[in-house]
Amino acid sequence: MAKVTIDGRTIEVADGTTILQAARMIGPDVAPPTMCYYSKLKTSGGYCRTCLVEVSKGSEKDPRPMPKLVASCRTTVMDGMEVKNNTSEKVGDARKGVVEFLLLNHPLDCPVCDQAGECHLQDLSYEHGSAKTRTDFERRTFDKIDIGPYVQLHMNRCILCYRCVKTADQVTDGRVHGVINRGDHAEISTYIEKAIDNDFSGNVIDVCPVGALTDKTFRFKSRVWFTKPVNAHRNCEKCSGKVVLWYKGEDVLRVTGRKDQWGEVEEFICNTCRFEKKQTNDWTIEGPRQVSRHSVISANHYEVFKKPRELTINTIKPLESGEGNK
Amino acid sequence: MQLTNRSKVVVQREMNWIEKLYLPAVFSGMAITIKHLFRKKATVKYPEVQREFAPVYRGMHVLKRDELGRENCTACGLCAVACPAEAITIDAAERKKGEENLYREEKYAAKYEINMLRCIYCGLCEEACPKDAIYLTDRIVPSEYTRGSFVFGKDVLVEKVDERIDVSKRKKEYSIVNNPGK
Repeated sequence: MAKVTIDGRTIEVADGTTILQAARMIGPDVAPPTMCYYSKLKTSGGYCRTCLVEVSKGSEKDPRPMPKLVASCRTTVMDGMEVKNNTSEKVGDARKGVVEFLLLNHPLDCPVCDQAGECHLQDLSYEHGSAKTRTDFERRTFDKIDIGPYVQLHMNRCILCYRCVKTADQVTDGRVHGVINRGDHAEISTYIEKAIDNDFSGNVIDVCPVGALTDKTFRFKSRVWFTKPVNAHRNCEKCSGKVVLWYKGEDVLRVTGRKDQWGEVEEFICNTCRFEKKQTNDWTIEGPRQVSRHSVISANHYEVFKKPRELTINTIKPLESGEGNK
Repeated sequence: MQLTNRSKVVVQREMNWIEKLYLPAVFSGMAITIKHLFRKKATVKYPEVQREFAPVYRGMHVLKRDELGRENCTACGLCAVACPAEAITIDAAERKKGEENLYREEKYAAKYEINMLRCIYCGLCEEACPKDAIYLTDRIVPSEYTRGSFVFGKDVLVEKVDERIDVSKRKKEYSIVNNPGK
């Protein structure tokens, strides 16, 4: 066991735990943001540098601070380690720089993008980014590629987090898409522009932190904040069948996996559930999904609205003797 | 008990003979009336004469086009989510090939409706718009005969290519708010 202190809060975790996992165990207010790390995917993380933290004390045996900021998703904890995340000025500056790099080639076409409202890059740049750009260069653009009837690829929006590649590697059998070319020219593509056609390929939509991979059947149908998320399930031979249905009026516009508080799906779902079951009677409805009231998705949704009780002379009763003292 | 010393005791005394003629009172009253005939009028003859509007006046909305005549609106839905009266309804559609001269971006508003009876003319839609698409103008919303005809669609709201609506006054206001340093 190792004792680690993150932003002044101590927790005891098993050896081999990463700083990020330990921070997530403490809670969302000390957990660093992530763009590429995904706890359900092996070997993910280490690309985006969003989760950089400052280690102000290496361990109990060697209390020297680490010379540079470290990626918390790839660094394991040591006994007695002290970590600064939000309390460190260096981390704040570094994160601002990381956001600037991520947005260097990102088109910022949020008004058009279907991911807007549930985009991790949007949240990250809202919290850590600056309002102005310092670059004069043209943004990198790619030719449009059609990768099948279900998934829409917008390579211009991609931040190369590799999550979809790892999903394709680990969740589906027989990967058909990956990263080709190197460095600034690197792009997500299918080899010989082959359509992705296996049962779990739709999960790349859920793992994508930006709007690079979106649902083609949901394309431009509605903005996320005009839809109502509802938990539902069905018996499915291929997957757990536990999903979120996104309603607008009576219509199911979109089906996604259930995402936890870190924005990661709880269970991967199959393409049949995701793309083909869009009738209410295909599903057993469990109830409306709890949405954080700070999220734009909860705008204009009145789930907690209570009709005030009408008070008339007859309903007001005098206090019975002794009731006020209880 | 008195709160102030301004109260007057009303006495009903009998009028003297000059007062009984009533003529001095009639003439002083007429003098006031005739004086007002030569004063400047408080009213204007609408619609021939129209008053100048304040630059911050918020009247009927307009959906702007850019210099090339393409619609600015990309149906991002920010106006509708900002609207406190929930007066705006939008349906988006994808731009087809050959429509590049009609719509500026690959997505556009296929339906854009404002219910003018719900609208409270607060201007939050204009403030929310990232594309310079919607502005409140100094035009007065016309009167209609039925409730349904107050739901204004794109045919009324989008400005005609040959009759542009000037919103430069409101734009200036906007830039001052956004660049306090300049």
